[in-house]
Amino acid sequence: MNEDQQLKPEPWLPSYDDPPPGHVSGSRLERVLRSGQFAVTAELNPPDSADPADVFEAARPLAEVADAINATDASGANCHMSSIGICSLLTRAGHGTIYQISCRDRNRIAIQGDVLGAAAMGVRNVLCLTGDGVGVGDQPGAKPVFDLDSLSLLRTIRTMRDEGTFLSGRRITRPPRMFLGAAENPCVPPLDWRPERLAKKVEAGADFIQTNYIFDVPVFERFMARVRDLGLERRVFILAGVGPLASARAARWMRSNVPGIHIPDAVIERIEKSAKPAEEGKRLCIELMQQIREIPGVAGVHVMAYRREHEVSEIVAESGVLKGRVPERRRTPVTKEPVGENAVEPAGIPGK
Amino acid sequence: MYRVRLFAVRHSRAFEWLYARLESTMVALDPLFARIGYGRIERPIAAIERATKGLLFDCKMCGQCVLSSTGMSCPMNCPKQLRNGPCGGVRPGGYCEVKPQMRCVWVLAWDGAARMKDGSKVRDVQPPVDRRLEGSSSWLRVSREKAAGLREAREASRTTIAKAFPDARAHEPAAAPLATEPAAAIKPGRDQ
Repeated sequence: MNEDQQLKPEPWLPSYDDPPPGHVSGSRLERVLRSGQFAVTAELNPPDSADPADVFEAARPLAEVADAINATDASGANCHMSSIGICSLLTRAGHGTIYQISCRDRNRIAIQGDVLGAAAMGVRNVLCLTGDGVGVGDQPGAKPVFDLDSLSLLRTIRTMRDEGTFLSGRRITRPPRMFLGAAENPCVPPLDWRPERLAKKVEAGADFIQTNYIFDVPVFERFMARVRDLGLERRVFILAGVGPLASARAARWMRSNVPGIHIPDAVIERIEKSAKPAEEGKRLCIELMQQIREIPGVAGVHVMAYRREHEVSEIVAESGVLKGRVPERRRTPVTKEPVGENAVEPAGIPGK
Repeated sequence: MYRVRLFAVRHSRAFEWLYARLESTMVALDPLFARIGYGRIERPIAAIERATKGLLFDCKMCGQCVLSSTGMSCPMNCPKQLRNGPCGGVRPGGYCEVKPQMRCVWVLAWDGAARMKDGSKVRDVQPPVDRRLEGSSSWLRVSREKAAGLREAREASRTTIAKAFPDARAHEPAAAPLATEPAAAIKPGRDQ
């Protein structure tokens, strides 16, 4: 174990402050977005291990460039360390985290309890997902739950946060201060209805959106044009999903085996023709980020670099989307200047 | 049956009309149902509903029918039972992530809704299903609920009086009554 994996500095004091005015959670991600800065989030590959050091190891390459780290909840219906466990560990180490909840594995009783537990552990962002079907995962014989769907889940947590009650109407003495996220997949059918579905998610309570991989910029631009027609970009922060492709073979495999991934043939061809496919995949990701940044209404990017997490900081740095901003602030003193949490002044743009 | 289900979505506008008629008939029959007793007719009506809607929509008898808000495409046929729109896994051509040979229930729903007169209801956020109601008649539930809503509107003035005079309501409830009055206990209003 090397130096900055050791988690012994200042004692963690459980405090439960109210969010600053104009904010629902006060999370770093919310502050960055409301101050009008271009945000970066990144997806962590959860370990198949019970050792906290493995979580910190997985977070290290993401932390220096991400305003918040997404901990997936058994994505693709494959079993890994739980999202709530990862978020609790990382939050205590001073990282911004996004707690992902999938409706596939837990019913409304479990989910509402976990939301309170996560909030008590300091988690301030949550991403509400339907979840992939159990059939695509490593344990296809499992019982799919789907008691809630992503929208009723959003509304449920919003009710907990804003009304201070469970769905049963029972009171919650200190409500969970959560910045509510939802997913959208702008590049898969029904294309015409995707913006409408986004509107419905905003209606249900979404404060921010993280999209699935965008490899087809024209399709995404059409989506965003409709989103702007509906005025949604003023009510919700949209973070576009991007990621590096390792090779043409990997891209084809993803397209046919991972639900909800659309990669145009031209993109795969470009990587196939390159002498260094991995380099080209990285280059492509950087270019996509730069193109996406220019689309009006996009508030940030969400980097999903499955098994290429080590490339994330380089990709973000080269893309220049952070414009010199340093999101990281650890409880363990690594940087000298206080940046991140306190460096951003809220200006209250969309939303509440 | 899958093909009949597709037919129903293609003709969502006609079914919407039919359903609206059925609903107003059921609401009109509420006093009769109430007299016979909703408990007594629950099982026979549920059996008829199961047979009819099973054939037309592959109805799963969730007991909380939202067909009129989902383009006449039953959301309980979605393998994830999503009540609020498609998931992110829809395959090219609009096929289901979990059952690739089936058209996505929600792709059909949005299409069906687009053909309907009042299709914008597809934008409503639907609550989670109350699993205890599975197998019960949704038609009778709608009849009860709508009739209760109408009663409530009729009773609005009484409710307002009770709220405006809270002390009297608390101490002398007969001065600001709220309970349903039996017909024998009340004279018809002069203006009615």
